[in-house]
Amino acid sequence: MREVAIVAFGQSVHVRDSAEISEVEMLMPVLHDVLAQTGLAARDIDFTCSGSSDYLAGRAFSFTMALDGVGAWPPVSESHVEMDGAWALYEAWVKILTGEADTALVYAYGKSSPGDLREVLTRQLDPYYVAPLWPDSVALAALQAQALIDAKLTDERELAGIAARSRADAESNPHAQLRGALPAGEPLVAPLRSGDCPPIGDGAAAVVLAAGDTARRLAARPAWIRGLDHRIEAHSLGVRDLTDSPSTRLAAQRAGAFEGPHGLKGRGGVPTVDTAELHAPFTSQEVVLRRALGLDAADGTVRINPSGGALAANPVMATGLIRLGEAAARIHRGASDRALAHATSGPCLQQNLVAVLEGE
Amino acid sequence: MSKEPVAVTGIGQTAHVAARRDVSLAGLVREAARRALDDAELTWADIEAVVIGKAPDFFEGVMMPELYLADALGAVGKPMLRVHTAGSVGGSTALVAANLVAARVHRTVLTLAFEKQSESNAMWGLSLPIPFQQPLLAGAGGFFAPHVRAYMRRTGAPDTIGSLVAYKDRRNALKNPYAHLHEEDITLEKVQASPMLWDPIRYSETCPSSDGACAMILTDRAGAARAPHPAAWVHGGAMRSEPTLFAGKDFVSPQAGKDCAADVYRQAGITDPRRQIDAVEMYVPFSWYEPMWLENLGFAAEGEGWKLTEAGVTALDGDLPVNPSGGVLSTNPIGASGMLRFAEAALQVRGRAGAHQVDGARRALGHAYGGGSQFFAMWLVGTDAPAT
Repeated sequence: MREVAIVAFGQSVHVRDSAEISEVEMLMPVLHDVLAQTGLAARDIDFTCSGSSDYLAGRAFSFTMALDGVGAWPPVSESHVEMDGAWALYEAWVKILTGEADTALVYAYGKSSPGDLREVLTRQLDPYYVAPLWPDSVALAALQAQALIDAKLTDERELAGIAARSRADAESNPHAQLRGALPAGEPLVAPLRSGDCPPIGDGAAAVVLAAGDTARRLAARPAWIRGLDHRIEAHSLGVRDLTDSPSTRLAAQRAGAFEGPHGLKGRGGVPTVDTAELHAPFTSQEVVLRRALGLDAADGTVRINPSGGALAANPVMATGLIRLGEAAARIHRGASDRALAHATSGPCLQQNLVAVLEGE
Repeated sequence: MSKEPVAVTGIGQTAHVAARRDVSLAGLVREAARRALDDAELTWADIEAVVIGKAPDFFEGVMMPELYLADALGAVGKPMLRVHTAGSVGGSTALVAANLVAARVHRTVLTLAFEKQSESNAMWGLSLPIPFQQPLLAGAGGFFAPHVRAYMRRTGAPDTIGSLVAYKDRRNALKNPYAHLHEEDITLEKVQASPMLWDPIRYSETCPSSDGACAMILTDRAGAARAPHPAAWVHGGAMRSEPTLFAGKDFVSPQAGKDCAADVYRQAGITDPRRQIDAVEMYVPFSWYEPMWLENLGFAAEGEGWKLTEAGVTALDGDLPVNPSGGVLSTNPIGASGMLRFAEAALQVRGRAGAHQVDGARRALGHAYGGGSQFFAMWLVGTDAPAT
C-alpha cells in the first residue's frame, strides 16, 4: 500500500460565537497556515476534500461558499462529505492510494453559534420515531453515562477527574475554548454536570496529506498513516449496548492499533501507541472509548488527549479532524512516535474512525 | 502505481414517482439496494462498505441521514461514507465508491444515492435566506434561465431546440419502466404550448420533482469474474469544481466541465468523443442544457451543439443517443439523478437497458453537474475491461 502522511495541521482559535465573521473568513487563515507550512500554493494541491454540515449553517449547499476560500480557480479536483472532516481525510487518503493524487488539502469547519446546537442535533435522529420527540444530544449522552454507572464501569468521581484532566491539559493549547481548572460544574442532565459536557463553539481545521517522497520533502517528520478504518453501528439506541463501542474496537484492529510499530506483533488487545487523541465530547464517552481500545490495559503508558480533547473545544464537524491533526502535530514535533487518533459521528458514538500515525 | 480495475456488476433503482407514500426513507433506499444486490447475485454479507450520497439534508429535513439509514443498508459493522457535492452528488458518490475498489481498500462496495423530495419542499429547501448573500432566484430554473439565454444569443440557436430535447427525452422515458413521467400522449406541439416558467424555459422543458433511489455494486476483477451478468468497466472518472460566481465565469460552458471531461477522456484513451462514445447520459434538468453540454463535453464544436440536436443525432436511434433513459427531464430525485446517469451508462454497455437499449453500445459516458454549474462528476464505462 502506498505511504501517505499528514504533513501539516492548522486550526482556528475556537470561540463561543463568531457572528462577526463568515465561514470563509474563519477558514481562510487556517488554509493559508497549512499551505505555508508546506510551502505549497493552492494550485499545487492535487485533491481537495472538506467536511461540514448544512444543518449547522441553517442553509442548503453551505459548503459551496467555503470552497471559494480555497481559491478554486482554475478548477480543482474536489469533493465534500456531509460528515466530520475526519471522513474527508479518509476520502482524500483513498484518493492518494489510487495514485491519482500525490497531495491533498482536507478541511472542516462548524459554526454552532447560529442555532441551538442541542436542538439542531436532534434532527440527526430517526425522523419518524425519535426526532419528533426532540431528545437533545446532552440527554442522550446522559443515558449513556447512566448506563455506565449502573454497570459499575465508572462513577461521577471518575468522570469529574476526566473533566479536570482535559481542561488542565488544555492550558497549553492556545486554540482551546475552555482552559484551566474547572469545578465539576452545575448539574445539567443527571448524571452529567456541565463539566462533563463539551463547550459549544465555532471553529475550523485543515491538514495537508502527501504521498511518499513528496511527504518527506514537505515535512521534516511526516506523520505516516499506518492504518485508517471506520465503522458504523445501528442507529437505534435501544439495540446497542451503550457501555461498549464495538465499532471503535473493530476500526482500531483494522487500523493496526494493536500491532507493533512497523508491522511488528503486538501484545494482544493492548494498543501499541504512546498517544491517543480521542473524540469524546462527554467525559463518559472517554470511558467507553478507553475500554473499547484497551487503553486502561496499557497501564498509563498512553497519553490521552494531551490537547484537552473535545471537552476543551468542540467545533462540530471539525472536532474529529482536529484529533487527527493534534496526533500528527505531536509526531511532527517529536513528542510522539506512534499515535492513535479517533473521530466519532452520530448519537452516543454511533460511528467511529481510528487512525494510527507514526513518525519515521 | 497500478489501480485495480473497477466493474459495475449490479444496478438497482426504485420506481420513481412524485411521492412514494408507500415507503419510508429507509424503505426507499432498501428497495434500490436490494435490486442491485439481486442483479449482482450477492447478499448483504458480500458488501464490505457503503458509500451514500444525496443532495442537501434540508430536502428531507434529516441531518446526516446516513446515521439513520445504516441499518436499512446493511452497513452495521461496516464503513459508511456520506458524500454531498450538490447536484453532482450522485456521480461523485459513485466515484468515491469506485476509488475504494481501485485503491484496493475494499473489494466489493455498495453505492447508493437517493432523494425523497415529497418529505419536504425542495424549492424552499434551497431558499433558506442568510444575510449578505443572494437567495437562489425562486428555485433552480430562475438561476439557470439567463444562462440559457446567453447560450441562445451566443450561438444563434433557434428557440425551437429546447422543445425538441424535451419531446425526445419524454418519448425515451416511455421505454423506461422506472421513469417518473410517462406522458403517453405527448406531442411536440404540446411541449411548445406549455406555459412559460422562466423565459425561455417552458413547463414541459423542466425536470419533475421525484422520490427515488439508485444503487450500484462496484467490485474488483475477481468480483467481476464471479458476476452472473456482464459487467460495465470503469475506464475513467473525475470530479472538478469551480466557484459559483466570479468575474469572467463562463456559465454557458464552465471550465470545470471541460477539464473534467478532458481528464476522463485522457484516462479512457478517448481522442474523438463524438465517434468513440456510443451513448451519453448527461444531466439535463432543463432541456437547453443538452446542446450546451454537447459543446462543453466535446461532442460538438462551440456553437454547434444545437445543430446535433436539431438533426436528430441525439435521438435514441441517432448517431449519438443522448439520455436514452429519458434523463433528468423525465425523472429527478435530485441526489440520485447523477447516479442514475452513471448507472444508465453502465446499463447500456452491459446490454441490459431493455427497451431503451442503444444497439451495440460499447462505451458510454455518465455525467452529472451541480451548484451554479460549478461541480462536475463524470465517468466513462465500457463493455471490455480496461487495458492495464
